[in-house]
Order: sequence, then C-alpha cells, then structure tokens
Amino acid sequence: MADKILKEITLKVWRQKDAKSKGKFETYKIHNISQGSSFLEMLDILNEQLVSEGKEPVAFDHDCREGICGTCSLFVDGRAHGPDDDVTTCQLHMRRFDEGATITIEPWRCGGFPVIKDLIVNRGAYEQILQAGGYVSVNTGGIPDGNAIPIPKPAADEAMDAAACIGCGACAATCKNSSAMLFVAAKVSQLALLPQGKVEAARRAKAMVAKMDELGFGACTNTGACEMECPKSISIEHIARLNREFIKAKLKD
Amino acid sequence: MSNFISSSIGKKVVMSLSGLFLVMFLCVHLGINMLLLFDNTGKLFNLGCHFMTNPVIKVIEPILALGFIIHIAWASMLTIQNRKARPVKYAVRNQKGNCTWSSRNMYVLGAMMLVFIIIHLMNFWAAIKLGEGTAGVMEHITYDGVTMENVYPHVVATFTNPIYCILYVIGGILLGMHLAHGFWSMFQSVGLCNNIWRKRWSCLAKLFAIVVAAGFSIIPIYMFFTC
Amino acid sequence: MAVLDAKIPEGPLKDKWSNHKAKIGVVSPANKKKLDVIIVGTGLAGGSAAASLAELGYNVTTFCYQDSPRRAHSIAAQGGINAAKNYTNDNDSVYRLFYETIKGGDYRAREANVYRLAEVSGSIIDQCVAQGVPFARDYGGLLANRSFGGALVSRTFYARGQTGQQLLLGAYSAMNRQIAKGKIKSYTRHEVLDVVIVDGKARGVIARDLVTGKIERFGAHAVVLATGGYGNVFFLSTNAMGCNGSAAWQAYKRGAMFGNPCFVQIHPTCIPVHGDQQSKLTLMSESLRNDGRVWVPKKKEDAEALQKGTKTANDIPDEDRDFYLERRYPAFGNLVPRDVASRAAKERCDAGYGVNNTGKAVFLDFKYAIKEFGHKVIEERYGNLFQMYQKITDVDPYNYPMMIYPAIHYTMGGLWVDYNLMTTVPGLYAIGECNFSDHGANRLGASALMQGLADGYFILPYTIGDYLSKEIQTPKIDTTTKEFEEAEKHVTDRLKALYDIKGTKSPDHFHKALGIIMWDNIGMGRTKESLETAIKEIAALKKEFYKDLRVVGDFTAMNNELEKAARVADFFELAELMAHDALDRNESCGGHCRLESVTEEGEAKRDDENYKYVSVWEYKGDDVAPELHKEELVYENIKVQQRSYK
Repeated sequence: MADKILKEITLKVWRQKDAKSKGKFETYKIHNISQGSSFLEMLDILNEQLVSEGKEPVAFDHDCREGICGTCSLFVDGRAHGPDDDVTTCQLHMRRFDEGATITIEPWRCGGFPVIKDLIVNRGAYEQILQAGGYVSVNTGGIPDGNAIPIPKPAADEAMDAAACIGCGACAATCKNSSAMLFVAAKVSQLALLPQGKVEAARRAKAMVAKMDELGFGACTNTGACEMECPKSISIEHIARLNREFIKAKLKD
Repeated sequence: MSNFISSSIGKKVVMSLSGLFLVMFLCVHLGINMLLLFDNTGKLFNLGCHFMTNPVIKVIEPILALGFIIHIAWASMLTIQNRKARPVKYAVRNQKGNCTWSSRNMYVLGAMMLVFIIIHLMNFWAAIKLGEGTAGVMEHITYDGVTMENVYPHVVATFTNPIYCILYVIGGILLGMHLAHGFWSMFQSVGLCNNIWRKRWSCLAKLFAIVVAAGFSIIPIYMFFTC
Repeated sequence: MAVLDAKIPEGPLKDKWSNHKAKIGVVSPANKKKLDVIIVGTGLAGGSAAASLAELGYNVTTFCYQDSPRRAHSIAAQGGINAAKNYTNDNDSVYRLFYETIKGGDYRAREANVYRLAEVSGSIIDQCVAQGVPFARDYGGLLANRSFGGALVSRTFYARGQTGQQLLLGAYSAMNRQIAKGKIKSYTRHEVLDVVIVDGKARGVIARDLVTGKIERFGAHAVVLATGGYGNVFFLSTNAMGCNGSAAWQAYKRGAMFGNPCFVQIHPTCIPVHGDQQSKLTLMSESLRNDGRVWVPKKKEDAEALQKGTKTANDIPDEDRDFYLERRYPAFGNLVPRDVASRAAKERCDAGYGVNNTGKAVFLDFKYAIKEFGHKVIEERYGNLFQMYQKITDVDPYNYPMMIYPAIHYTMGGLWVDYNLMTTVPGLYAIGECNFSDHGANRLGASALMQGLADGYFILPYTIGDYLSKEIQTPKIDTTTKEFEEAEKHVTDRLKALYDIKGTKSPDHFHKALGIIMWDNIGMGRTKESLETAIKEIAALKKEFYKDLRVVGDFTAMNNELEKAARVADFFELAELMAHDALDRNESCGGHCRLESVTEEGEAKRDDENYKYVSVWEYKGDDVAPELHKEELVYENIKVQQRSYK
C-alpha cells in the first residue's frame, strides 16, 4: 500500500509579480515526492523549499482540496486541471507522473480571467454573468411546500447534472475560443429544466448571454473540449439547450 | 430580435443556417457530378448542367454566392473575436484527447477550401460564364434539337491532368473534414440537439462527410483512369 | 446570570419562538434602507442571511476570503440536510427532530434554540426548492429522503453527494440577485481581521484586501459573523485550507465570549492519512454508512497481515470479520452518531485491529449492499463519492472495501450567543458554525446545513430587527473616528510584528507542529495529563513561533504567507483556550471524551451534576487567564439520561 517516491521532478512554473508585471517561466527541481501526494501537496513542498531559501513561494488558488469548491485552477502540461480526466487540480495525484518528469504549470489563459499573481487569476467575470440573471427571483419566506409542484425525476436529475458546475473556469480556459458557454449553459439549463426557474427562463438566457459577450469571452464552436476537461463532466447538451432557450427568447422580442 | 445577429449565439446561428444552405447546394452539386460516372459520352452530365440553367436556379445562384460570402464573413468575424478572447497564449497545449483536429481548425479548413474553390471556379465557372477557362474555350453541343454548353470536355481535360486530379481529391477530403464537424455542429448551434440526438447527428455527420468526400474524390480518380 | 442572559422567551417550548417574534421590534421599510449590516463569511449562514437581509431592504456588505462567495466551505457538505417534514410517514415531527438533536448533542445544547431550529427546518426545504435547488426526487416527482446517523427516521433531503454545494449555490444565487440590485456589496478576497466597537456596540470591521494588501475600514449598524468553525487548529481536518477562526477570535478579544471551545466533532468516515506530505483530509459522506458495513478482522493475525500487506480484505471470510458497530450497537448499527462511531474505530485501532499500513484505518464495505441492491443502485446512490475515493486512493471501492479513519470535522463550540443569536457584544451576531448554540457536544449528520440556513433565512432576519429597531436614529457609521483608527492600527501593527520577525520557519511549519500537539493531546481521547502537556507544548511552540517565524514576500501586496501567519497566530491562542476548556470539563460528553470519565463498556460518561452547563469564556488580556462563566442548561421538556444507541 505504501506509495512510491518520485526522486526528482522538474517544474516549469509561470511567475508573475502582479497583474501589471510581465511574467516568465521559472524552473525548479523538487525531490522525494510521494506518489500518494496530491499535485497541490507537491506544490506545498515546493513552497516550503522556496521559503527556506528565502524566496517568495508560488501563489496558486486552492481551498477545499476535495474537488468541490472550484478554487484551484492550474493548467498542467497543456491541460486544464492536468492530465487526469474528471478531476480538479486538487484531486490530481502524483501517481499520474513518472520519475524525472518535467511538468509545465500555467495559469488559466483567457481574456476574461486576467492574472492577479503567478498562477492566480481573477474569475470575477463568472460572478458578473451569474449576477446578470443566474437566479430565481424569489424572496425568503412565503413559499409553497416543497412538494407542491412535482418535478419529473428525469428533469430533476438533468438539472442536477448541470447544477454540479463548480465555476472553476476550466471550460473557458481550455476552449480554443475562451468561450464561457458551458458555464453559462449549465446555469441556464439547470433553471430552465425546473418549473421554478422556467418562469423567467427567457429573460435569464438573454441577460446572461449578453453579459458573457460583453465581458469578452469567445463564441462557442462546438469542439466539445470543455465537457472533456470539465471536472464535473457537464455535457454540452446544456449548450444546445442554452442555444434553444436564447433563440426562443429572441424570437419573442 | 434586437441584437440577435451581433450576439455570440446569433453569429453561430448565422453560421449554422448559411452552412445548411451550402450543404443543400453540395447535395445538388454532388448529384449532378455523379452523372459523370454513368455516361462516358458526357451526354448525361451535359444535360444535368443544362438543367442547372433553369430560371429557379438562376435566381438561387446569387443567393448561393451570398451564402458563401456570409459563411466566410461571419466565420472571419468569429475567428477574430475568438482569437482576441485569449490575448496571452499557452506555452504548452495538449488537446489530443479532448476534441478533434478538424473541430479546432474549421477556419483553416475553410480557408484551404476557399483556395480550392477559387481554382475550381477558374476551371469551370470561368469557362461557362466567361466562355474561357483553364481548359480552353467553351463550345456548344446539341442534343435532340436543344443546344447547350459542352462542359464535359472541360471536365475530362481537367481531371486527366494529374495535378488537378490530386487537387480535387484533396478538395474532397478537406470538404469531408469540414463537414464531419460542421454538419452536427449546425444542429447544435440552433439548439436541435441533446445527448441522444448528438450521437445521431454526429453519426450522420460522419456518414455524410464520407459520402461527400468519397463522392467528390472518386470522380476525378475515375475520370483520370478511364478517360 | 449577571453576565450571561440567554434571553430565552417565556412560555411553553412550542410557543416560545412565535411569542418572541410577536414581541420583538420591527424596522419599517423606510428605515431599513438607512441601516447598514456587515456580514463576514458567505457560506450557508452568511450567504442566506445576506440575501434575506438585503431582500428586506437593509444595505448589506459581505466579506469572504475566497474569490467568490460560492466557494465557502459549506460547499463541501455532501450528505444532506435534515428537516422534520415527515414526508416518509415514519412518525417524524418537530419534537422528534428536537429530541434527537438534543440527545445527539449529549444534552449540552439549549432546549429553546434547538426546538426553534426543528420548527423552521421544514421551511428551509421549501425555500431551497423555490430557488431551484435540484433535490433528489422519486419517480412520482416528489422529494426523496435518506437516513442519517443518530436518527430513527428518514428525514434527510439530498442532492446526490453535493447537497452543501447545491444549497450554497441557492443562497449564492439569492445573493447575486441582490448584488445586481445594489443591495449587497460583496467584497471577495478580503479577510476581516478585527471588529470595531464604538461605545460598547459593534460598529464595523477592519479588513485586509488580499490582492493589494491594503487594510481597509468598514462601518455598519450591526455586524454578523458567519465565519464557520476553527477545526483547522488541528492543521489536518476536513476543513478547507483557508478556513480560520481569526474574525471570531478577534471578536472574542474585543469582548464577545466564547462558548464550549473544546467541543470538536471528529468525523468517523474520512480517508486515512497517507503520509507526512498530507495537507488536508477528505471526508467520505456519512450517508455511506446507510449501505456500507464497518468492520475490522476478528483475529489479530489477520489485522497484522493486512498491515503488512500480506493479506487483502477479500482474503478474510465473513465469519472472521468483526462488524463492531453492529455488535456493540444493535439498535442503530452502522448509523450511530459520529462521536460514537469515531471512538469505536479508535478503540479497535488502538487495540491493534487497524487495517492499513499505519494501523489507523477500518473497512467500510459495500460488498453486501452491492449483493443486495446491485451495482447500479449503489452507483446511483454514491457514484460520485466512490469516484472521489478512487481518485484519491487509487482503489476501486466497488471491488475492495473503503478504508476510513476519524478526522476533525466540525466545531460545535463557538461564540456564545443568546436566543437572538447576538454575542455578548451588542450589535455583534454570530450565526452558523461560528456560534455555539444548537449542537451541544456533538452534531448529528445533516444538521449543520440545517442550522446555517435556519439562522440565515429564518432567525437572524427577525432577531436582528429587534436590535436595529433601536438604531434607526443612528446615522451612517463614521469610519474616521478614533475607534476605527485604533482598530486599523492594531491590525497593521499585529501583521507588521509577524512580518518583522524574519526568522527561518514558515507559518505552515508551525501550523503542522501545532496540529500534532492538538491531535495527540486534545483529540479523540483527552486526559488531565495530556491537556496539561498540551498547554505547556502550545506555549513553548507559540514562543518559538514569535521568535522564528519567517514571512517572505511583500507586506502590501498579495501575500499568502502573511495571511497564513496571522491565522496561525490566532490558532495558537484558540488552542490554548480549547485546552483550558477541556481541562475544566472533567466529564465525557459527545465529541469531548475525557478518558477519566468513561463507563465500563468504554462509552462516554456524562457528569450532569457538575457539568450541565455551557462553558463561556471571557477574555481578560493577553497574559491573563480567561474567566469562566457558566450558562446552566435547563431541561424542562426532555428527560436527561445517559445516551444509548444499543
């Protein structure tokens, strides 16, 4: 059961002092990493090493370290969240890497997500898109019983599939067009599938797409890369539903 | 419908609908071309070409041109917009596992096809419309009292040239690759898709792409060896 | 009772909340828009409170250290949320939920608060459904339920294994609606480092912008802390890396008293520690105990073979497996409460029956459930959890039993609050895990989500109105006063002091060392000696921390090391208080197990005669021992008895 130890790994890490500075890659060597360690634990060790040398540690986003908060956001060896499928960076483990490997780590590259420092980007654009309409307009209180409106199981299940989005940004980061369509579609689709959200589905689709366009994300060209890199495997069928909802809404205008 | 066309989804709908229109044109074009395989005298083919001069087609012709222009113009717009959306590129990129090469390179495929189409137009459209193309001056022929353009010799002359023959085969393959993604994408963009239909559309897309690519490539190869 | 007034309303238990609501003050709509409220933390409690207060018309300012309110650690709750809906017709009721919560908490929670919690639980589900939370449903289209530990009925609502996420996204969407309307101003990547008190009332906070490093002042008529728990004192826990107790701790130092700091929940089903490079522990949902059976080998030689790796679980026949929970607790079996399950696992492992290479793990086996229900049903129920387990451990739980071990999960202790959720500082509220109120000495599964949302949606919006109705004459809070200036300087000086130590070791180094002291001495089994050792060792480590800490990077810029240093500094002080509290409470109850006080069968033994109170600690100065106040617990509606799950 004991995990193997990787004796040496080379890391090429993007370092950038702040949003305004120009960044560059730095190369680090790191030793004796257990293959049972997660990728971020490996970066923790790198940072300990840097601190002990009096150098500034690599800044990277992370929080829950169990794949649900959506904070971690590394582009590892050319792929969003690294070379494993259906995981966030924090769920990526060192057993995916071989002895002596050289690993390139970059921040999300996307106009909508400017770099703040090193590997940390600003995903405020996703917040703004949700603020444009990613909600059901109900106040607290005065609500009918939870069972007042039956919802067919398939619809509830499909809504849950879409609702699983953790807002990590891997979709836009991996999309060749930096399109945020999968993110927007997940929310539009979830709420359009439920009777509670259907009421304002048209308004929501229009507002969220308009905001997404305004923030400079690209357009979807249906490559499907987003769903492959999505840690929650959200399907692009939700993008089809977004297209449908949007076209329907616009036809009524 | 305010701002529909300028929205990202609206632009994709334009691509989808213009694409669908071009697909329909392709079907007709391929149908007529297939006549080349069934009659070595060229009569069937010439009759087919002549049929395409009827008034309805005449009206559709400029619309077709417009379809091409729109498809190209919107594709260019989208490509510029999409490239702008990532000002700093990745140093390392590995997309092997997550999407097909052709889905990522539709614009490149389109651009290569545009070059092909220009050559194609110089070969035939110039001969028919301007009277003289790459295979010489367009002559006329009369079947059962009806005089029409004798396109067949131009086809023979073009396809027996090994360079053109290869070029047309490549053109067919490029078109197939473009369609393999474009065909199903068309339905996805207008929302006529879900996980069940996606399998159907992409299956159909692959089939259609193979038929079109094989159909258009087989003709020059057949002509090269038989004429 | 001079110092502590819990303000529990008069009248019979079931009427207390409605009577109270009828009597408390209400702010008119015209006045609400003149009043500002600061909410620190945007998890279930903070997020729901922010949305609800903004809907009412208050001007709300929220803070979170994450880059989005949606990432607060409530998001990681997997299993579900309790509500006394009785949809399953299994004789659930408000009283039963109330009773089971009090009993689960080992009779150390306040009756009135818990009853109110059970009372509003049903509305939470309705509210979330209306927001578009995709709860699991049956084919008839109605809501589905599952069972959870410590309950005899099925009352847990769930959204696959992501219930916390879905509920938080519901609250966050309600927040977003108010942000768009301009009623909430959301400050992300901001850490609140102090509470400002003006004339004895909470009037604002000092926050550090984590991107620029700038220290900023914010004023409001009331301040709400919804900052979660302090489980990260232990370094290794199921909490997120950034979870911290700093805002609550600074509030304590400004006069808010701290209740039951030693009550920490240790969750029985976590993935075992893999080695010393480990940074955090991952929880496997309690819901797994619905269908998984917990066991270790009956024979010691089997256990030793497993530890050496010469045997695998599948080599051990059923008759040689000891399903110790089913054996010891036939009534509840694998679904005993968390504290009981954790202690039982530790007991087996300490006796040498652990099943992994460190000897610190037990099996959670799905073989039997797969045989009974089929692979597909189990996949539908737990697919994502199984996948998560496999990603982390590289073992397929469909074919080989999961290995689990207890880990620090939740802190029942927190800032002391009265029935209105107000701390001992007027105008300063604490909600959710941040307060101490509802779970006694042990929280039942699926009750944290319930409490967070109950506080935020249905309790605070009423009770804060009572306080604010007396503040309608107060103009906008001026942040240029000397109190704000002093508080800002205090924060800057404190950070600067840490930054200027220029020693050799990182904050993480000290944090890890603190965690080891805590786990070894104030973990699952505590004794007078271990606690005294802890107090000594913490003090020594703290001294070293202030001598040898190294914070690299710039002071006024994004600096994760500085953030961590400040948090660890507070953890040291919190750890000391926890140790003092644990030492004071010479009884075992819930998650707090004093080895001096156990029954012959090894069960926790309460001492109601001497310890039927809430320990409420008051800060008296940095080098002065805190003062203990006691809130006696009165049980009028429940018969206090030794807890039994047999």
